[in-house]
Amino acid sequence: MERMPAWADVVLIPLISLLLAAILSALVILAIGENPVEAFNLMVEGALMRSAGWGYTLYYATNFIFTGLAVAVAFHARMFNIGGEGQAMLGGLGVALVSLYIPWPHWSLALLGSCVGAALFGAAWAFIPAYLQAKRGSHIVITTIMFNFIAAALLNYVLVSLLKPVGAMDPASANFPAATHLPTFQDMFATAENPLFRGAPANVTFFIALAACLFVWLLIWRTRLGYEIRAQGFSESAAKYAGISPARIIIIAMLISGALAGMMGVNTAQGEAERLVLNSTEGAGFIGIAVALMGRNHPLGVLLAAILFGFLYQGGAELALWTNIPRELIVVIQALVILFTGALDNMVRMPLERIFMALNRKGA
Amino acid sequence: MTLMTKFLGAAAAMALSAGAALAEPALIYDLGGKFDKSFNEAAFNGATKWAEENGGSFRDIELQSEAQREQALRRFAEAGLNPVITTGFAFSTPIANVAADYPDTKFVTIDGYVDPEAHPNVLSILFSEHQGSYLVGVMAGMASESGTVGFVGGMDIPLIRKFACGYAQGVKAVNPDATVIANMTGTTPAAWNDPVKGSELAKAQISQGADVIFAAAGGTGIGVLQTAADEDILSIGVDSNQNYLHPGKVLTSMLKRVDVAVADAMAAGEDLETGVKVLGLAEDGVGVAIDDNNAELVSGDMTTAVEEAKAKIIAGDTEVHDYTADDSCPALTF
Repeated sequence: MERMPAWADVVLIPLISLLLAAILSALVILAIGENPVEAFNLMVEGALMRSAGWGYTLYYATNFIFTGLAVAVAFHARMFNIGGEGQAMLGGLGVALVSLYIPWPHWSLALLGSCVGAALFGAAWAFIPAYLQAKRGSHIVITTIMFNFIAAALLNYVLVSLLKPVGAMDPASANFPAATHLPTFQDMFATAENPLFRGAPANVTFFIALAACLFVWLLIWRTRLGYEIRAQGFSESAAKYAGISPARIIIIAMLISGALAGMMGVNTAQGEAERLVLNSTEGAGFIGIAVALMGRNHPLGVLLAAILFGFLYQGGAELALWTNIPRELIVVIQALVILFTGALDNMVRMPLERIFMALNRKGA
Repeated sequence: MTLMTKFLGAAAAMALSAGAALAEPALIYDLGGKFDKSFNEAAFNGATKWAEENGGSFRDIELQSEAQREQALRRFAEAGLNPVITTGFAFSTPIANVAADYPDTKFVTIDGYVDPEAHPNVLSILFSEHQGSYLVGVMAGMASESGTVGFVGGMDIPLIRKFACGYAQGVKAVNPDATVIANMTGTTPAAWNDPVKGSELAKAQISQGADVIFAAAGGTGIGVLQTAADEDILSIGVDSNQNYLHPGKVLTSMLKRVDVAVADAMAAGEDLETGVKVLGLAEDGVGVAIDDNNAELVSGDMTTAVEEAKAKIIAGDTEVHDYTADDSCPALTF
């Protein structure tokens, strides 16, 4: 018998967690002498009531969708890939190389090319920890997090020593050629009399992220490979008994995971900055873990959680712009949401389960 | 009638607030944050000083992500704030992307460079850090008894190599046989705020014989200065005057007058002159800090040598090599 209905697991628990996080955040804001209602209004106003606000919310969400999906796919094979950060950095490098050194005639081709480049580089970076896990038993958590640091050092070396234009101060690549610039939402939806999404960085990559959600859903629940990945995740020994090679599944799942994380680079490098900056991932790889946890490793959940975190990022920027709430406290508010939706999941789940079981007993 | 008064009142209020908003400048700090005891804090201090002296007010923001650079520029410009001042070289490209959309707003980039031909409403303020570093190098070379001096940089980027290169040249100018040990704290932005690693690097350099260490490393430098004081050797601070942190242990500080640049830009307001401004020794944009805290460490010879070197640089007799001009350094290998 199910302990509680599926809708409670998917909808009720995240909502209660969010409510708790919101109440605690309100107390924090109150404690530093600002008005929490005003702050909340400002966040909603800035992130959801203006089209440019949506442009930023969806831009951040695009990053989190990719990294969230990356964590989710690996998790279905019971792999905890916390190297999304490094894989995304390498993905960005792939995008930069493809955009800088191949003379693309049109952005649509460039987009295809950079998606392939980003996915290949991200997957390659995930391959080494995957191989070490599959063949040598080195724990994936340790190796992937170590690879984040190696990626940061590698990217720094490549940017400072190889890609940086001579005389430039910024450790960043040269600007990508104009033919590779992706259409932003402003280019796509704004008209002369209705300037929607003005200056916002959301771009065509968002639709690639949506396609990636669909792809992951099909892969995990509608293909043989997805079945094998899930079987491996539920029980490695049972999967082995059924003739599924654990090493093969570990490596394939991690390659897909790394490719998804890497594709975030298309959004940040090609879509937003139109060059590769050193700090282009900005922790999105780690946010992806929270997004996957909150989204219950389901693409639809990941999509919704990513938009929520996009809202928190953009709303946080509005708070920083127009109030005196310091940056650190905005991070505290974001962290509270992560804490309640991710780490303290059981705090809400267990009492809820008890309530539902009590109700069931009465019903039966 | 009442409706009319309401309209008039609203119009008047809008005009008033618009007028007030126009007079207000904005300040955007780089990712290092407002209170780094160094570069960004100098900007904040300059702005605060301007606000106190003129009874003005300003808006500021600490960024959380790269995408917010353009966002903050646009939102402040749309709100009618003028001028919009930014700290850190990373703003060069975002300002170049945004400036043309807001021709009536003046943008200022400190440490960044935006082509003045293409963007007539941008002021780029650059500092000749290599000249200031040369002067503290002269002092370090004279103060060192072991003939070995150290340099601890923050993140390994060209700007910090520019500091190191000028410093090494200054040291070698007074003691051609001196050894300069240069270390960078790291390769990620975290290197700007890692006092523990700064302390370790300082200890490693001390064990190699260094008895004066110049820290150009933002918040990491606090650890370098602390360790130098604990181990009873001399240190050199950076950007702001850090002599007071350990009186009698900090030989001097390489001043970069970001505060003056910010205050001047705010004072000029909407009439700010745009273009490119290079602040070197001649403009008092960089210099060495001498105050009560380090007076007894600085000998008469040292003061004379520094004054002499300064005069020579201003006159053009001494050419201090700028690392960023050709990405190389004759006085030091990294």
